[in-house]
Amino acid sequence: MGYNTKYNNPSTNRKLTLWEKLYLPEVIRGLLTTFKHIFRPKFTRQYPEERWDPPASFRGRPVLVMEENGSERCVACGLCSRVCPPLAIEVRASETEQLKERYPVVFEINMLRCIFCGFCEEVCPEEAIIMSKDYELVFRDPSEGIFGKDKLLVPKAELKERLDFLAEMRN
Amino acid sequence: MPKFTIDGNEYEAQAGQTIIQVAQENGIDIPHFCWHPALSVAGNCRMCLVEVEKTPKLQIACGTIVTEGMVVKTLSETATKGREDVMEFLLINHPLDCPICDEAGQCKLQDYAFDHSRGESRFVEEKNHKDKRMPLGPQILFDGERCISCSRCIRFAEEVAHQPVLTFVHRGDHVTINAVPAESFDNNMSMNVIDICPVGALTSRDFRFKARVWDMSFTDSVCPGCSRGCSTRIGVRNNEILRTEPRNNPNVNSYWMCDYGRVEMYPAVNEGRIDGPRMKDAAGKQQATDYDTAARVTAETLKKYHKDEVLILGSAAVPVEDNYAMLKLAREHFGKQTIPFISHIVGEDDRLLLKADKTPNSMGATLAGCVADGHYPHVHGEKAAHTTVLELLRSRKIKAVFALGDNFLTDPQLLEAFEHVEFFACHAANETITSRRADVVFSISHWAERDGVFVNFEGWAQSLNPAVTTNYQVRGRDQLNMSRLDRFGSPYDKWARGHKRDAREGWHFVQLVSNQLGSKWHYLHTEQLFEEIAATNPEFKGMSYESLGSLGQPIASKHSMVKEPIYQEVYQETGAPLMGSGN
Ligand code: SF4
Ligand code: SF4
Ligand code: SF4
Ligand code: SF4
Ligand code: FES
Repeated sequence: MGYNTKYNNPSTNRKLTLWEKLYLPEVIRGLLTTFKHIFRPKFTRQYPEERWDPPASFRGRPVLVMEENGSERCVACGLCSRVCPPLAIEVRASETEQLKERYPVVFEINMLRCIFCGFCEEVCPEEAIIMSKDYELVFRDPSEGIFGKDKLLVPKAELKERLDFLAEMRN
Repeated sequence: MPKFTIDGNEYEAQAGQTIIQVAQENGIDIPHFCWHPALSVAGNCRMCLVEVEKTPKLQIACGTIVTEGMVVKTLSETATKGREDVMEFLLINHPLDCPICDEAGQCKLQDYAFDHSRGESRFVEEKNHKDKRMPLGPQILFDGERCISCSRCIRFAEEVAHQPVLTFVHRGDHVTINAVPAESFDNNMSMNVIDICPVGALTSRDFRFKARVWDMSFTDSVCPGCSRGCSTRIGVRNNEILRTEPRNNPNVNSYWMCDYGRVEMYPAVNEGRIDGPRMKDAAGKQQATDYDTAARVTAETLKKYHKDEVLILGSAAVPVEDNYAMLKLAREHFGKQTIPFISHIVGEDDRLLLKADKTPNSMGATLAGCVADGHYPHVHGEKAAHTTVLELLRSRKIKAVFALGDNFLTDPQLLEAFEHVEFFACHAANETITSRRADVVFSISHWAERDGVFVNFEGWAQSLNPAVTTNYQVRGRDQLNMSRLDRFGSPYDKWARGHKRDAREGWHFVQLVSNQLGSKWHYLHTEQLFEEIAATNPEFKGMSYESLGSLGQPIASKHSMVKEPIYQEVYQETGAPLMGSGN
């Protein structure tokens, strides 16, 4: 059997006392708890009108750092692709005229595979892939879950908080 | 025969052997950069330092000849410290740009930095800057900053390629490699320097940045470029061949392969393929069909002609097994004793590796019972030699042709003589002039997609392995090599959607046609055919795919040519990825 028999086996169920068997007192006790909470402070959030800003240590979807000149920092070394446990990342390299002669022509993360472990960020020798604060991932079709460079590249300025956090953690 | 000890164990050396040679033969790894078993000793990298008792300083294992009673220590404190110091010096000006470098994953410097260095640098000054991306020849780019000045490339150019144009320029820490003025390292062996360069200083224009070493699967194979049949290794990612590199085989190609075989053979497997069988319709246009229809039409049409009007052709471009099957068909149904195959002799031997015969299996086809037919100089518009096939076609006696995979209609005279052929069925892997002329085309697997045996011009038989999968994969002895990406990919991953072609090994189609003609063959895989060949043909006696292994065997009449593999290598010397396939 696929489930834990201990909790489904009638012979181990607790015997109810007479008071409990009367039923109504227990219902009233339950409702009292509910009423008590009406006057306590609220912890729920009116998402999506009200959004949460996670701390810098939060691991949202991985993104690629875009330098000021609009090019990616990534040199397509493929280490993130190698370390990624669920094989979510595909990198294809090509040559550029820039000082760092290698860049990713294709960089895709399959967000249906990604488990937000952050290994890619940790292994990257260029600090080119980092975990963002973005936790809103909705797709209507599996093919939409594959994020290319268009969705992955985020300007460096927007990622300042995480980059600072990483710099601090590294020392 | 001096006896001596390395790390307390006694070994026996041949007179004149150096410490590193004996160590390699016995499976002891002494780290080295500049020493290469097939090149002269330079002794300039100092990585191979070992302690020899009774000498005041550390000695280089690559340049020290073993003497009686010598006591060598590779693991002592002094030796270890010596190696660590050498590594520290080598890394002083090294850019450490492994993330960009193509050599990463199969780099000696990287490996030794893990095994033989302190792991930290005391050098805080600005590193030297040198030329990057400098072309040394048409195929090779040089990165001066990565070079560790081992001089392997210089010695290769001089000693193996016989084109001594590479040299050191400048002095001290400014030393770098360059081609002598107005020269370029442009011979047909040039790309071997990329393999022997222990670091990523020399990179291939053909491969640059295509993939990381660990993303590819590597499968042992044989180069189909000429009748030398160099032992190679094929790098595949996403069912596409990205590069070929040589494998050390002392009996065939040593550590080398030629540039022609390296860069011109594999693209045909990736591009321009015939995907599924085709047949000409009434209007003369080739349309896709299925294997059984193609075989039935071929058999029925061939039956209509008199036996003498049918020409069956073998091929030197496909393995022995296909030729054997084709000859068997010709004997059973068309009363022929033997069948011709067309040889492709182009140019001349280069006296290093490349042969004039540009097919890998002329010898194998001949041994299987086919007869080489004439030679057709495709180049320089020379007058073609007199050949029986051409003569037969010209006499208009031949009405129907059934040929194994071979692009022979590139010869204009043959093409012209083909005008009178009423029915032409052929095997083809690529869209070629031959396949376009055919009425029925059977789509065959390429050399990189199949099992089979090639026999080189010296009589050395080697077996192929499937490196790329087809729709119809006949699994040979082992599982197909697959890289981690291929193994764990699902149909939803773009990187696992490499195209698989609808192709089969040539003998399948011979069997289909033959059975339509009335035979009762029942071969299931290529190995069965080879077993039959080994049992009936004395030249292949006792051979099997297993006995051929990765290095091959000589045919029976050439047994005297065996040279033992010289080194049991600890580190493979040519381009061997240390973390190639697997997880
Ligand atoms: S966070 Fe983890 S699972 Fe997601 S892409 Fe990076 S390494 Fe892969
Ligand atoms: S590890 Fe960093 S530099 Fe390397 S491919 Fe991934 S993102 Fe690019
Ligand atoms: S380019 Fe490579 S092989 Fe040539 S000297 Fe430099 S490190 Fe050695
Ligand atoms: S010599 Fe012949 S077999 Fe060897 S690599 Fe060149 S073409 Fe291929
Ligand atoms: S390997 Fe001996 S000095 Fe380079």
